[in-house]
Amino acid sequence: MAQIVVRDLTKVFKVAHRKAGVWQAIKGLVKREYNPVRALDGVSFEVGRGELVGYLGPNGAGKSTTVKILSGILVPDSGLCKIINRIPWQERAAHVQDIGVVFGQRSQLWWDLPVMDSFELLRDIYRLGPVDFNDTLEELVETLNLSAFLGVPVRQLSLGQRMRCELTASLLHRPKLLFLDEPTIGLDAVSKLVVRDFIKRLNKEHGTTILLTTHDMDDVEALCHRVMIIGRGQILMEGKLKDIRQRFARERRFIVELGNRYVEEEVKGRISKAELIYLEGNQAHFNFDPTIVTPAELLHELSAEFEVRDVLIENPPIDEVIARLYEELAI
Amino acid sequence: MNIKAYMAIMRVRFMLLVQYRVAALAGIATQLMFGFVFVMILEAFYFSSTVLQPMSLKEAIGYIWIGQAMLGMLPWGGDAEIQNLIRSGNVAYELCRPLDLYNHWYARAIALRVAPTVLRALPLFLVSLFLLPQEYALEIPTSTAFLAWVLATLGALFLGSAITNLINISMLWTISGEGISRLLPALVTVFSGMVVPLPLLPDWSQKVLTLLPFAGLVDTPARFFTGQLAPSEIWISTARQLIWTIVLIIWGRRLLQRGLRRLVVQGG
Repeated sequence: MAQIVVRDLTKVFKVAHRKAGVWQAIKGLVKREYNPVRALDGVSFEVGRGELVGYLGPNGAGKSTTVKILSGILVPDSGLCKIINRIPWQERAAHVQDIGVVFGQRSQLWWDLPVMDSFELLRDIYRLGPVDFNDTLEELVETLNLSAFLGVPVRQLSLGQRMRCELTASLLHRPKLLFLDEPTIGLDAVSKLVVRDFIKRLNKEHGTTILLTTHDMDDVEALCHRVMIIGRGQILMEGKLKDIRQRFARERRFIVELGNRYVEEEVKGRISKAELIYLEGNQAHFNFDPTIVTPAELLHELSAEFEVRDVLIENPPIDEVIARLYEELAI
Repeated sequence: MNIKAYMAIMRVRFMLLVQYRVAALAGIATQLMFGFVFVMILEAFYFSSTVLQPMSLKEAIGYIWIGQAMLGMLPWGGDAEIQNLIRSGNVAYELCRPLDLYNHWYARAIALRVAPTVLRALPLFLVSLFLLPQEYALEIPTSTAFLAWVLATLGALFLGSAITNLINISMLWTISGEGISRLLPALVTVFSGMVVPLPLLPDWSQKVLTLLPFAGLVDTPARFFTGQLAPSEIWISTARQLIWTIVLIIWGRRLLQRGLRRLVVQGG
């Protein structure tokens, strides 16, 4: 049974606006003009127990608004939202015991206190027993490798260290559901991998249901069973990443190392079955559609015209796929 | 109610606030200076007046010192941290905790009022009780007056925290809090008796002053300590403080509910 059920959620924000300039500012004192912004315009989806779902969309598409409604912070204008059979904003206290939230751009730790103090405060806030708390903390400290800086004030932590602590803080009460809003934003490569591995393990070993919003497509590719794409306040597409890729980026990259250097015209003129994307030195990148031409045929054509030293076939980068997808969906 | 959590929040906030030692020292110096200025003005005023005043000079001087010692208890402004939470949008996290937000902020307000008071009051009491020349010193109260003062001070703390929390909640509308934190001290210092002891203000104003909530902050405890009010009056004054505290808490809760409904957590 679905743990998260969302039907026809709408949320309209009123945004004050005025034109630039002093006179407009003075006018604004007397009469404010508001523009309605439809952040959510009939969003529906379901997430089952133990799923790890990516929630994607360009900036301003309504991702954070959805997460805030799911965590009971915002009240929608209309629509239904049930999480473990509760309506978040109506049974807030019971609801928040079951969920953990990480807002990647915000902090829930007390800035001037050692991390451990924040954890102990959360222990009291969530009424955790000392045994449960210690067990959970020990496990988190070990998997996220926190022991070296538990006594360090939060303001002195690096962003990567802090994000690991934020994750810990959100999981101390062992929530059944975890909402991650851009958890890897601004992290270096190593920290990203640590966080990513941890999310994967949490989902696998504890069966925690996770909803992940991110702009990092590598996160999505490494983690998500399924993705939903939101734009203009609506879910425009959902499915497995593989399927989306197949639908929007059927072509493959065919990268060839040639025996000599060529100029673009020379190569373009002699190859008809694939499209030359770019040429750098003696490396040529082609796009081809495997339903029209097989790699073998393409290689055959190429080696008839050129000396081919090496061949590499790969998927187009996921970032490109998503960018094209946004473009095609016009969001 | 999750008392343990609120106590923990209060403790943490308190710990953070008492670590500003330089601010505490500066505070002590300022309060001593202001105390002397007020005492000298009062003395000049008493010696130049031929009318019988409603309180003796000795009582008025004691009143001033109590006021200065307990200055940190006055609700001058809101909690800067809460203001930051609201401005930056981090308030989102406060909203997804299994806590009542009003109580959560109230616990912090208590810490915000107690911490600076603890730092300033003790040294100020020591100086004004034992180190000053007899005629300018604070007099040691009788034990019943002292007990009444303790009760009245507790009442002042809860009242002051309710006002502080109202200021916190008002940030949901104004965001910067600048306006209120300039306007409020003017109101609070005058009507609480911080500037001029309330009994010395004109007779016609006395009724209004005792009806306003602010008298419960400085005037009430100071009058019990100096013996200007008999300890037996404590029940009436405590009731007055309590009623105002309850009214302000109910008002604050309503405002918070309204504020949260229109809250848009900004950005990201």
